Amino acid sequence: MSTILIIEQVLNGLQFGVMLFLMAAGLTLIFGVMGLINLAHGSFYMVGAFAAAATAGATGSFLLALVAALAAAALAGALVEMVVIRRLYKAAHLDQVLATFALILIFSEGTRWVFGSFPLFLEIPAWLSGPVALPGGILYPVYRLTLIVIGVLVALGLWWLTARTRIGVQIRAGENDREMIAALGVDISKLYTLVFALGAALAGLAGALVGAIQSVQVGMGEPVLILAFVVIVIGGIGSIKGAFVGALLVGLTDTLGGIFLP
Amino acid sequence: MSDPILATRGLSKSFGALKATDDVSIDLLPGEIHAIIGPNGAGKSTLIEQISGGLRPDAGSVHLMGQDVTHQNTQARAKAGLGRTFQISALAMEDTVLENALLGAIGQSARPWRFWSGVAGDRTLVERAFNALERVGLSDAADERTANLSHGQRRQLEIAVALTLSPKAFVMDEPMAGLGAEGSKFLTGFLDTLRDEAPILLVEHDMDAVFALADRITVLVYGKVIASGTTDDIRRSAEVREAYLGEDA
Amino acid sequence: MIVERWINWVTLLAFMVVPLWALVTDEPFTITLATRAAILALAAVGLNIALGIGGLVSLGHAAFFGLGGYAMGILAFHAQNYTPLELGPFTTEGTKSMPVIWLTAIIAAALAGLIIGLLSLRTAGVYFIMITLAFGQMFFYFAISWSAYGGEDGLSIYVRNGFPGLNTLVPIQFFGICFVALCLSLYVHWRLRSSPFGLALNAARQVPQRVETVGLNPYRLKLVAFVISAAITGLAGALFADLNRFVSPAMFSWQLSGELIVLIIIGGVGRLMGPVIGAAIFVALEHWLGGLTDFWHIWLGVILLLIVLFGRGGVVGLLTGKAGPHV
Ligand SMILES: Nc1ncnc2c1ncn2[C@@H]1O[C@H](COP(=O)(O)OP(=O)(O)OP(=O)(O)O)[C@@H](O)[C@H]1O
Ligand SMILES: [Mg+2]
Repeated sequence: MSTILIIEQVLNGLQFGVMLFLMAAGLTLIFGVMGLINLAHGSFYMVGAFAAAATAGATGSFLLALVAALAAAALAGALVEMVVIRRLYKAAHLDQVLATFALILIFSEGTRWVFGSFPLFLEIPAWLSGPVALPGGILYPVYRLTLIVIGVLVALGLWWLTARTRIGVQIRAGENDREMIAALGVDISKLYTLVFALGAALAGLAGALVGAIQSVQVGMGEPVLILAFVVIVIGGIGSIKGAFVGALLVGLTDTLGGIFLP
Repeated sequence: MSDPILATRGLSKSFGALKATDDVSIDLLPGEIHAIIGPNGAGKSTLIEQISGGLRPDAGSVHLMGQDVTHQNTQARAKAGLGRTFQISALAMEDTVLENALLGAIGQSARPWRFWSGVAGDRTLVERAFNALERVGLSDAADERTANLSHGQRRQLEIAVALTLSPKAFVMDEPMAGLGAEGSKFLTGFLDTLRDEAPILLVEHDMDAVFALADRITVLVYGKVIASGTTDDIRRSAEVREAYLGEDA
Repeated sequence: MIVERWINWVTLLAFMVVPLWALVTDEPFTITLATRAAILALAAVGLNIALGIGGLVSLGHAAFFGLGGYAMGILAFHAQNYTPLELGPFTTEGTKSMPVIWLTAIIAAALAGLIIGLLSLRTAGVYFIMITLAFGQMFFYFAISWSAYGGEDGLSIYVRNGFPGLNTLVPIQFFGICFVALCLSLYVHWRLRSSPFGLALNAARQVPQRVETVGLNPYRLKLVAFVISAAITGLAGALFADLNRFVSPAMFSWQLSGELIVLIIIGGVGRLMGPVIGAAIFVALEHWLGGLTDFWHIWLGVILLLIVLFGRGGVVGLLTGKAGPHV
């Protein structure tokens, strides 16, 4: 096997990994901060992809499509948090599993209702299509490279957010002691809605970005969700850094395993 | 002097920078009640956890009837004859009182792998369980749902479950906590007779009970044993006065 | 409020009367629906042992259901094609005999339950949920890539397998088989629940630390429960495959794992008849709502949400006015 192919596959693995990270980051934040296992996280991935595909279809702009994906997923997340999730924070895991399973049913069938059963397609914009020459003479798709960059930027941004900002301090404090930070006057329910919407937006972004490589269809979120769970188990619940390492590990294993294993 | 039933040697356990127990060595001799006292947060429950197997000590060892059990888990220690009660009742709240006692009897029989015979029809198990309830005065409440018990009754049930095990040594974490005067009096009388069956390591805040019952007392402060001896020794000890009353020695 | 024992008997009676009535009025489709409900109930009775008594929220029980299904599919596939079945160094033949298929399904599912349980029961809480889910998916992807047995398309079996002395092609007779299997599984649940093992398992769900201090091993109790649970769900998978005369990776899907939990929740967690009532309602809803709209899952989702948010205890809890076990 040639080195070029291996490097290509490593890059593919990284690209898959950072997209997994976008999913896993939200999940692990939501679990770490609110103690909630959210099966419906894959639905936000799907919502983002559909919103992007619909917007790109109507306006022809990829950037607008991404904005729409972020907005739609964040909105869906905030809404879901306020209507349903908020009642589940103190509930047993079984209740959380069931309620979020119910949300998947509603989101998936709702999307099928609106968009039909046929997959939609999201085109890679002209300015991001085609290959780029990497050092060593390797040709690699610009778009995929962009995904890696976006993923890394988001990871850095999240790290900055949790480690360096006031909201981050509140989030970490909320993990340890809800009552305490509530007593300090932080509006905890607003904070939770915000964190949930942020997680959903990240998932939606991942859905839109990946939607341009794969097809956009109902049920696209769940396989990614399940891998994101694996990522979290590896990285440790609640840890953004763990999620990043875990995601790259799973992404690389999944991609390279496909070639080296029979 | 006879060999101790239960002994710890140099037990230490830290939580971060906090030394919850620090080089604790105690003995429990046949037929005695050995009380462990100390202010809140002194490390009494941490000590009990290490003795019963829920916490691995950082250093030191635990011996049950001469056997080093430091590396055995909770189940093995229970089988070897340790009967402990919890400071905060750990009972199956959805089950009946009798069922909680039956759990102990099943553990004592060491045969939980019977899938087909009804537990209610097993005379040996039911008798053992019922007998234990009777001894703590709970037999009338046998069919009550445990969640419906009063706090005091739950404390009694805690002890009943330990009784079903017929242990070689009891380890009790504040059995009197939250009991009324009536309850404490009954329990004091009961523990007084129980020591003949098996010695009791008794963690307790109720000083009347402690001084009425204990053959020996060990005082724990900030994880360290600051005094150990007979009730009279402890009453007279300057360190204990200082630790408890803030009096200058 | 109604006593649970009455609910149990009425449920079983209704489960018998409906298909018999359908037989009299010549509506074979209703019998098929009842059979489907009985099989799903059987699968959920299996899960209920792990979930309801042991408190194990397994999101991977489809693995066992699918294994049962593929046990049937593979054995019958070789039998109908007259090809030998090679198992490593051994070569045997397929079979169209239900008892042999069932036994295979039960053993396969129990073994898988043992392995999955050994690994996942080391964890608890959400980790357990996520790991069982991941194991279920492994089976799903394996089935998809197993081209010898149809891969993504699955396997069709042309004629339903046989049972000595019965004509399984007659719907009511096949229903009878499934119903008897369901009753047996309920009997198993009932005996287990009142045995020393059941008492200890039920306590291990509530206070594992107490179970340890009386000298019992909660991990082992849960492992055994998980294996028994897997075996019953595996048997249900074999019957389900026989009902449809078709197996596919969908039997391994995580949606199916979710639906099994949903059945139990609708009826009542940890309740003897919870899964049965839940399955009957589920199949009725599926048929009725499914006839009204293509998107009946939306309404299933809404109903489920309402049950979780406002009506824990399911139908049995509602009727008896007593909260069930807390999982
Ligand atoms: N798991 C733990 N992690 C961190 N700190 C702990 C843990 N368990 C106990 N501690 C700390 O160790 C110290 C000793 O606690 P312990 O419960 O043993 O005290 P105690 O003597 O039983 O007190 P009380 O009389 O209130 O029951 C306390 O400061 C407590 O906060
Ligand atoms: Mg204590």
